[in-house]
Amino acid sequence: MSVRRIAETQPESFEFTPDNLEWAEELIAKYPAGKERSAVIPLLWRAQEQNDGWTSEPAMRLVADMLGMAYIRVYEVATFYTMFQLSPVGKKAHVQVCGTTPCMLRGSKQLIEICKKRINKDPHKLSEDGNFSWEEVECLGACVNAPMIQIFKDTYEDLDEDSLVKLLDAFAKGEKPKPGPQISRDLSCPEGGLTSLIDVPAYVPLNLKSSETTSEDTNTEADIGQAAATKLMEAKPVIDLEKDEPSEPQAPLSDVDKAEAERMPEDEIVTNGAPAETEAKAGEKSTPSIDDDARPDSLENPRDGEADDLKKIKGVGPKVEATLNSLGIYHFEQIAAWSAENVEWVDAFLAFRGRIGREDWINQADILSQGFETEFSKRAKYNEKPSNKPAEGDE
Amino acid sequence: MLQDKDRIFTNLYGLQDVSLEGAQKRGSWDSTKYFIDQGRDWVIDEVKASGLRGRGGAGFPTGLKWSFMPKESDGRPHYLVINADESEPGTCKDRDILRNDPHHLVEGALMAAFAMAAHTCYIYVRGEFIREREALQRAIDEAYKARLIGKDNIHGWDFDCYVHHGAGAYICGEETALIESIEGKKGQPRLKPPFPANVGLYGAPTTVNNVESIAVVPTILRRGAGWFGGLGKPNNTGTKLFCISGHVETPCTVEEEMGIPFKELIDKHCGGVRGGWDNLLAVIPGGSSVPCVPAKEMMDATMDFDCLSGLQSGLGTAAVIVMDKSTDMIAAIARLAYFYKHESCGQCTPCREGTGWMWRVLERMVKGQATKREIDMLFDVSKQVEGHTICALGDAAAWPVQGLIRHFRHVIEERIDQYAANPDTDGAIGEPVAAE
Repeated sequence: MSVRRIAETQPESFEFTPDNLEWAEELIAKYPAGKERSAVIPLLWRAQEQNDGWTSEPAMRLVADMLGMAYIRVYEVATFYTMFQLSPVGKKAHVQVCGTTPCMLRGSKQLIEICKKRINKDPHKLSEDGNFSWEEVECLGACVNAPMIQIFKDTYEDLDEDSLVKLLDAFAKGEKPKPGPQISRDLSCPEGGLTSLIDVPAYVPLNLKSSETTSEDTNTEADIGQAAATKLMEAKPVIDLEKDEPSEPQAPLSDVDKAEAERMPEDEIVTNGAPAETEAKAGEKSTPSIDDDARPDSLENPRDGEADDLKKIKGVGPKVEATLNSLGIYHFEQIAAWSAENVEWVDAFLAFRGRIGREDWINQADILSQGFETEFSKRAKYNEKPSNKPAEGDE
Repeated sequence: MLQDKDRIFTNLYGLQDVSLEGAQKRGSWDSTKYFIDQGRDWVIDEVKASGLRGRGGAGFPTGLKWSFMPKESDGRPHYLVINADESEPGTCKDRDILRNDPHHLVEGALMAAFAMAAHTCYIYVRGEFIREREALQRAIDEAYKARLIGKDNIHGWDFDCYVHHGAGAYICGEETALIESIEGKKGQPRLKPPFPANVGLYGAPTTVNNVESIAVVPTILRRGAGWFGGLGKPNNTGTKLFCISGHVETPCTVEEEMGIPFKELIDKHCGGVRGGWDNLLAVIPGGSSVPCVPAKEMMDATMDFDCLSGLQSGLGTAAVIVMDKSTDMIAAIARLAYFYKHESCGQCTPCREGTGWMWRVLERMVKGQATKREIDMLFDVSKQVEGHTICALGDAAAWPVQGLIRHFRHVIEERIDQYAANPDTDGAIGEPVAAE
């Protein structure tokens, strides 16, 4: 805690300007009826700005009257929050030097020495001409630009003794120096050039639309968006390898579904509540037959009775793995050997079309089949879901 | 090493157009309605599945926190409060989001508010961030004008977003103190329970989230939980803004993958430690509240919650304060002790008295003007503060001191010996001073 007392000599009165009064009305309307006192900090702050940078006791009384608060409650707030200056500050600049450890490590002590020499040996006291005052403040939240100061609304960062002297000279002349880093550097970017955000690909819009807006005739389903995800599950092929018949015609993937499929990994959808009863609609694209020419080589059972862990391939979850196994695919070599036709054929059995190429399964499988690891498999994330175990505490 | 295509904050340094139009080109507000139409539970499940842990310091799973909100309103409104009271020494990540990528935050606020059935959001920006507040307000005004938020907006979920600000109190970063502050009171934390999810702002169910936690949500929904969950390490997923300050060649804020090795982070983005790796003394890896880690242990550390808590420290807000061998460790920690003394709200005795006491003892130790038994006494007092206060500020004040004693006891002892051998003129060592 810091001990803060209001100045001994106080002005007679304080009144808001008409502009500020109008602003205050808008401000108070932001808060629910009966909770007007929420506006106390913004109002006091506006009063301080209007009053040459310090908060006087008549201003506290005025704010209390405006908000229907007891005077002592506003006094409490004004003395608790350290940005309320309780005595007059320099007219041209009130220099707030951040002195907390990150700034201290990079030389804020030297900056404070300059302030002591140039302005006043004590903080919160005016310089002889009344134009300057200074104080050491706690972390101002610009630690990567340390050491830094704040003068009224702006921050001046990456300072050293010379640049601070220059800044103070400029303020003394009534100039308005450029805020921000005082060395050649953009905001918090590393000095000397970017190390990231060099090659950001242009954003490709998803333009996902809910079916509610696209198909107005399907008004039977209350929550079509929700159903879109569950429809996908229904659309998954059911393959009975014992019969040589393909399963019933596949439900087509509507545009919504495809978009959905593009976006979401399959495992996420499966967790999405109970499947809704949806009817298969007439297909634009039906699943190929199980004994199509395009079918890749398959095995009835894994070799030596032991299948590879296909989940090591990025994009293959337990669900996809089961589908692949049901198609007679158990080993990385099998996937690595797929032709373009094979890919198309297998793709038709997956709820998420196009992912084989997109995620480059064949290459991944090739690497894995030779006993090497891929970036993805190395991290061994294929079977680990982040646990949601609550940690102690909160934000 | 995170690739540029996987970065969420693509305008982190403000080199591109900050306006709504520019943000939309970078992906903000794309398909927002579609995600809203998926329903509350879908949004929460997706955030849960992404493994996102709160970016405010404690690392509580964000989706889980949202699910604590009542499912049905009992007549009271629900509130979303976003904590932009970024004041933890070392931390300056939210500042860049507010001033350069504010639409991530506004869009995330809409999604989060929808997920917890809230129609109103207050964003509490620290008082010193005046320009940042203005930038955020501009973004909100643009969103209102384009009917992206507000009453009868194009997303079909009435949503009002207000900027509120503080006036220089670190403690208002604590969620219940922040709520008190919005209510127009001194920022003194409340006892929990009741938790804010039941009784929060204006006595109504409230969730308080960090800026970064909210701002990453739109990208998580757009690119899928699997994408976010696939970055980083298990249980420490996704990307994170790291703020590296102190004795590195080029301090900066940068978005990186969770679990990035400490050495890689510094070499890649900060040009290495000043004077080379051999010159590294210690690191505070997660903002001032976490204990320091000596160089030897830090070299092989990875930057994630689990690895750093294994080193008896923490990821906190991922504010990395690097200290080279020119640093006076005792003075560095004493300055932090002063910070906590200054920022203690004063309602719990152990913290109000303890923070000042620890600071005064440390100031004497900086000069060596102490006795060796005081080192144990200091440790003991820090243990009396830790865990005996309403909020975590007491803990946060105690941990840096404990870290100092744990790793740098020999430095304190040497300083005491040195002083005892060469007492200055007024240097007689008196009895320990308890309190003023």
